[in-house]
Amino acid sequence: MSTILEGLRYAESHEYVKIEGEYGYVGITDYAQHELGNVVYVDMPDVDDEVTAGEDFGAVESVKAASDLISPVSGVVVEVNEALNDSPELVNSDPYANWIIKVKLADPTEADALMDAEAYKAMIGE
Amino acid sequence: MENKRTCLYDKHAALGALISPFGGFDMPIQYSNIVDEHNAVRQACGVFDVSHMGEVLVTGPDSEKFVNHIFTNDVTAAPDGKIYYGMMCHPTGGVVDDLLVYKMAHRRYFLVINASNIDKDVAWITEHAKDFDVTVEHQSDIYGEVAVQGPKSEDIIERVLGIPCKELVFYTCKELDYNGETIIISRTGYTGEDGFELYGSHAFTNEVWDKLLASGEVKPCGLGCRDTLRFEVGLPLYGDELTDEITPLEAGLGIFVKLEKDFIGKEALAAQKAEGLKRKIVGIELKDKAIPRHGYEVEADGKVVGVVTTGYNSISTGKSVCMAMVDIDYAKLDTEVAVRIRKKVFPGVVTKKRFYDKNYKK
Repeated sequence: MSTILEGLRYAESHEYVKIEGEYGYVGITDYAQHELGNVVYVDMPDVDDEVTAGEDFGAVESVKAASDLISPVSGVVVEVNEALNDSPELVNSDPYANWIIKVKLADPTEADALMDAEAYKAMIGE
Repeated sequence: MENKRTCLYDKHAALGALISPFGGFDMPIQYSNIVDEHNAVRQACGVFDVSHMGEVLVTGPDSEKFVNHIFTNDVTAAPDGKIYYGMMCHPTGGVVDDLLVYKMAHRRYFLVINASNIDKDVAWITEHAKDFDVTVEHQSDIYGEVAVQGPKSEDIIERVLGIPCKELVFYTCKELDYNGETIIISRTGYTGEDGFELYGSHAFTNEVWDKLLASGEVKPCGLGCRDTLRFEVGLPLYGDELTDEITPLEAGLGIFVKLEKDFIGKEALAAQKAEGLKRKIVGIELKDKAIPRHGYEVEADGKVVGVVTTGYNSISTGKSVCMAMVDIDYAKLDTEVAVRIRKKVFPGVVTKKRFYDKNYKK
């Protein structure tokens, strides 16, 4: 059974965004990290890069495959989780504590269109 | 078309394995995770269901001559129990399949072929057997096969299965009686570690699997780590490093090609050797941890000079490495090349294909 946190918003491509004021923390869900298996590399954008909802901003690489990261929100990257450069496996151990990028949101209400915890739980069949 | 299942399929499902199609079979990719399974084989012992592999028995007065005709390696006057690795080639020199030939006994050869090529190979072998006094029997449905791999394999097979195997040297096999059935055990594998492969009935295969798992000393391992293990020691996989269009010489497998005898593809390979290779498979080590994967382009001097055949972040060394087919001008050791991964180009350097040393017991 995957961990799904209340209060976050979820995308169909298994990214989450945690909204805090005008910022959003974007990562992948516990379900996604489990499906991927051992994460060995996270390809992250640079600070000041723009991200657009529905478009890829990087990739998570497990031993066996690369999986694109699709941004659930639009905005500008203000921080990337540098710890993942040396320890990408943190995405496996706690994907919610280990967000991938922090985005200054172009429109904080944009995330309202994403799924809530209950809807995401239903989507993954748990 | 529905995928086939091996005789151990229900056991994989019960263990909760991640199951995916491979070579026309629904096969276990991993049980726990690839890293743990990989390390179990490097450090202790793992068991793989490799029942998807194909088996063909060639017997008859012309069997030696016939095997030599379709096989790049030389089985002339092979001692009983000796095993040879090599390829079957097209007249062009491209590879039909790579395989093991077990010299079981006088005029009896047991060929082990890739699951993904079973239909193609059986047709190829049968077609070319017409001019020889041999019998070709396709036995893939009869045999199950497990590979027991890792430094503790010998001890575990002797103690847990009660099958004596200490005296088998690398790349030899023997037949023995197990509960009234004749089974085959060989000191072979596809991991770069010491290990054995056992061929027998579906009942035997299930019994071996159950006993090994019940011992608690052997980790069930899926095809995911089988690929990372073979890759690290530079072993080719048909479909990646070998194809109908890639020759054994381009794949760096010249030592298994005996140009002093006749076989299908010999002329093309001898000509290729005389002219010099135009491309070959090399190792590339990247400076970054981004992972080069099958099909990604290799670049140098502002142009595409090759393509990745297999790549991983090596579990044993932590480095991002790949095998790649590159133009011969860029195949020298230490040549600076780069691999395009998504939108970026990652610099690297040409290395040997062996990223981790084999640990065979010879």
